[in-house]
Amino acid sequence: MIARSIAELGRALATKRLSSVELTTALLDRIEAIDPRLNAFLARDRERSLAEARAADAQRAAGRATPLTGIPVAHKDVLMTAGWKTTCGSRMLEGFVAPYSAFVVERLALAGMVLVGKTNMDEFAMGSSTENSYFGPARNPWNLDCVPGGSSGGSAAAVAAGLVPAATGTDTGGSIRQPAALSGVCGIKPTYGACSRYGLVAFASSLDTPGAFARDAEGCALLLNAMAGHDPRDSTSLNRPVEDYSRLLAAAAGAKPLAGLRVGLPREYFGPGVDPEVAAAVQAAVRELEKLGASAVEVTLPKVELAVPVYYVIAPAEASSNLARFDGVRYGHRAARYADLTDMYKKTRSQGFGAEVKRRILVGTYVLSHGYYDAYYLKAQQVRRLIAEGFKRAYRDCDVIAGPTSPTPAFPIGAKADDPVQMYLNDIFTVAGNLTGAPAISIPCGFDRTGLPIGLQIQGDAFAESVILNVAHRYQQATDWHTREPEPVFDREIQSL
Amino acid sequence: MAWEAVIGLEAHAQLSTRSKIFSGASTAFGAAPNTRASAVDIALPGVLPSMNKGALERAIRFGLAVGGKINRRSVFARKNYFYPDLPKGYQISQYEIPVVQGGEVAIQSPTRGDVRVRLTRAHLEEDAGKSLHEDFHGMTGIDLNRAGTPLLEIVSEPDLRSAEEAVAYAKTLHALVRWIGICDGNMQEGSFRVDANVSVRQGGDPKLGTRCEIKNLNSFRFLQHALAFEIRRQIALIEDGGAVEQETRLYDPERDETRPMRTKEDAQDYRYFPDPDLPPLVVEEAWIERIRAEMPELPAAKQQRYVSELLLSRSEAAGLTATDALAHTFEDAVRAGAEPKQAANWVLGEFSAAVNKAGIDSGDVPVSGAELGALLARIRDGTISGKIAKEVFDAMWAGEGSADAIIDQRGLRQISDAGAIENVVEKVLAANAATVAEYKSGKDKAFNALVGKVMAVTRGKANPAQVNAILRRKLVDA
Repeated sequence: MIARSIAELGRALATKRLSSVELTTALLDRIEAIDPRLNAFLARDRERSLAEARAADAQRAAGRATPLTGIPVAHKDVLMTAGWKTTCGSRMLEGFVAPYSAFVVERLALAGMVLVGKTNMDEFAMGSSTENSYFGPARNPWNLDCVPGGSSGGSAAAVAAGLVPAATGTDTGGSIRQPAALSGVCGIKPTYGACSRYGLVAFASSLDTPGAFARDAEGCALLLNAMAGHDPRDSTSLNRPVEDYSRLLAAAAGAKPLAGLRVGLPREYFGPGVDPEVAAAVQAAVRELEKLGASAVEVTLPKVELAVPVYYVIAPAEASSNLARFDGVRYGHRAARYADLTDMYKKTRSQGFGAEVKRRILVGTYVLSHGYYDAYYLKAQQVRRLIAEGFKRAYRDCDVIAGPTSPTPAFPIGAKADDPVQMYLNDIFTVAGNLTGAPAISIPCGFDRTGLPIGLQIQGDAFAESVILNVAHRYQQATDWHTREPEPVFDREIQSL
Repeated sequence: MAWEAVIGLEAHAQLSTRSKIFSGASTAFGAAPNTRASAVDIALPGVLPSMNKGALERAIRFGLAVGGKINRRSVFARKNYFYPDLPKGYQISQYEIPVVQGGEVAIQSPTRGDVRVRLTRAHLEEDAGKSLHEDFHGMTGIDLNRAGTPLLEIVSEPDLRSAEEAVAYAKTLHALVRWIGICDGNMQEGSFRVDANVSVRQGGDPKLGTRCEIKNLNSFRFLQHALAFEIRRQIALIEDGGAVEQETRLYDPERDETRPMRTKEDAQDYRYFPDPDLPPLVVEEAWIERIRAEMPELPAAKQQRYVSELLLSRSEAAGLTATDALAHTFEDAVRAGAEPKQAANWVLGEFSAAVNKAGIDSGDVPVSGAELGALLARIRDGTISGKIAKEVFDAMWAGEGSADAIIDQRGLRQISDAGAIENVVEKVLAANAATVAEYKSGKDKAFNALVGKVMAVTRGKANPAQVNAILRRKLVDA
């Protein structure tokens, strides 16, 4: 019951077979039992969650339920959540209680969702493994020795382990899609600007995108319906008519629901760097899409091989500036002893930030420096435009682009910790989506021989969320990878419901 | 060869929006520390800036007023540096593409007459907070009320040649930003402050000398003194065989000197880059035209009109356009029936004296331009004399009512009835035979004494022109 989809749980709540209090209680018990081994959560508050569940049940009783009312959710700890500790996985914000809520947090609360906790993450969303959390790494439910991916690893692991049916994440270079792939769940990064960034603690402002995790595409669509919308507090928030992301999913379809759909397969996404088992699973998924009526076309994405270097100029540059506010003056960590102002800054930031954050602040400061700006930052922005133009041209020949989300399945904790470049290459297929701002989803499409999940990435042009959600949904109607659960990892007796 | 100073100013005008440039917090001055600072102003994690259109509109007004180019697309950039009163660790400013480029300000230089000072640019930016070093033993207090206040930084070309000329430019600019309603100009509260770049060279040398920047001059007097000191310092330095070092200096009013603050070597690398939180500011042509249509007539255009159409002198026209309130008072008075030359004399004389004496702002006076005009119209139509008008004006200022009401109440209407005046004249001549004799013996002064007597008897109400004419006629007969 617990690991069911949002839609199924919604139906159970709607028909009163289950109350939100019952569901929330069961999940909180399960989190309490399992999370010590996963470390997916950084904050929980049983009383608060149960109060929200009671409010949701009352809302339903009063006839004011939305499709999400009473459904438990967890928020990535980079999202400001009023009254909750919001640490961004950093010592810098250890114990920091948010005085306001992020736009997407507010929206999901308004929809009646019940917050069960804040999830673990790479510090300030910098990383691909959740090993960079000051509060210890999160673990992959399919293999506790492996990483769940990152930076939204806690959210992905929590959904995968059935601790919560829905979770928020943020995606700056792949931080929703890559952990979704490595943890075997669905994760969507919508178009940049579809969801307001207000209250998302900024890592790289021109790339940061709030999004969602669920077990299936249908759940992602329901979450997106509540999370998207214009917000005047975010000047980069899109001001477009409200869209029902579920609309294509609900339409009746025959045996060939994807008839007429052209699936682009970029030559660049099937090269030698991809794990053979990952490549095989993705190719099998493409054949499945063809069975559903889609046609596969080969496309090319010029300059996409430069996406990772471009990303690792732009993202650190913006981060170096965004993280300057953590100076020990107004909130957060401040060194206990210091000689003067400069010493206070140095000690506070040396103590408060972890190694990866420091590395990126250094890189970012360097590429923005006088004399280097043109060669690095400006050049990177120019290549960013070229990559976006390449995608635009590809979408003349196809409707969506499919490929692996990540070149490999989950890797053991510690395996890449000393090799940042290897770690950065995890994002090789996802960063382009952030550079162009276009939407993409990762869905489970198989397992390797050790039982680790493999993710299929479906990308679309700007504003094509409903198209990629529909492709994912039709695939999931025909397959069952997304329903597999990593239960055997956990003791049988704690599966209470 | 004589030394010549070369000066350019960077003026910071606080824009008169009610809320801050990137947040909804109030810009009101004087609140308790940190009570006018929102989540955005104190840079809590996750907050974002959103542009106050009123600040942009005011920048456009300025651009139109100085004939600058309004960039259809301008870009906000981050200027990165650490300081405790800079909450984000960067200031949002405009760097490569400002909202206004070029333009010029015409000034009256005390030494060179008409000078057109070219502007480099005017750009929008946010102010920082304040560090309070007093009152906290060994610690620094931070007040973020001012953080996020909208500023227009107006950068001039190095077109100024003396401290006095720089002050003339600063005053003209100060009057202009108030005139077009974009800045309250309150210098005590820091709403208008100036940084000065100054170098010296031998007159006629086309090459510029090494410059120093003097920061944060918040009065015209300080500007004058700081520049005078700095020019003397640089000349003395060079004449002693030394060289000026490029540096930023602070003016200390207590010692009346400038002191080094930081040298070029400690110049920070601000790592400017376009702010990804703010899309480029796009200004529609139609909006600019709407703002243009709402622009008030500018001081320079008014001066020209006063001289050519109302036949005032250049100095009267300049005096009347010192502030928009004064110009409005003048124009309202003329509209209400005052003769322009007389209105100018009154506005610059009696009226300004009364305003100064009361120590109030000329926009906030007890006698409006229209009321003053109604009074002056009574001089024009012969109801009262100019002398009586002064008495009436004082009564109006004291709140006793309109000009007509006071004239009636006090019975000040001028006696223009020739018969009545003749009667008085005859009585005065009869009673002052000795004075009449003096007059006849050639003492012209005696005539004035006789006029005085007539006016005394009529309590000043007799029409002076008529009194003169009748008296002369009667003296011939006498």
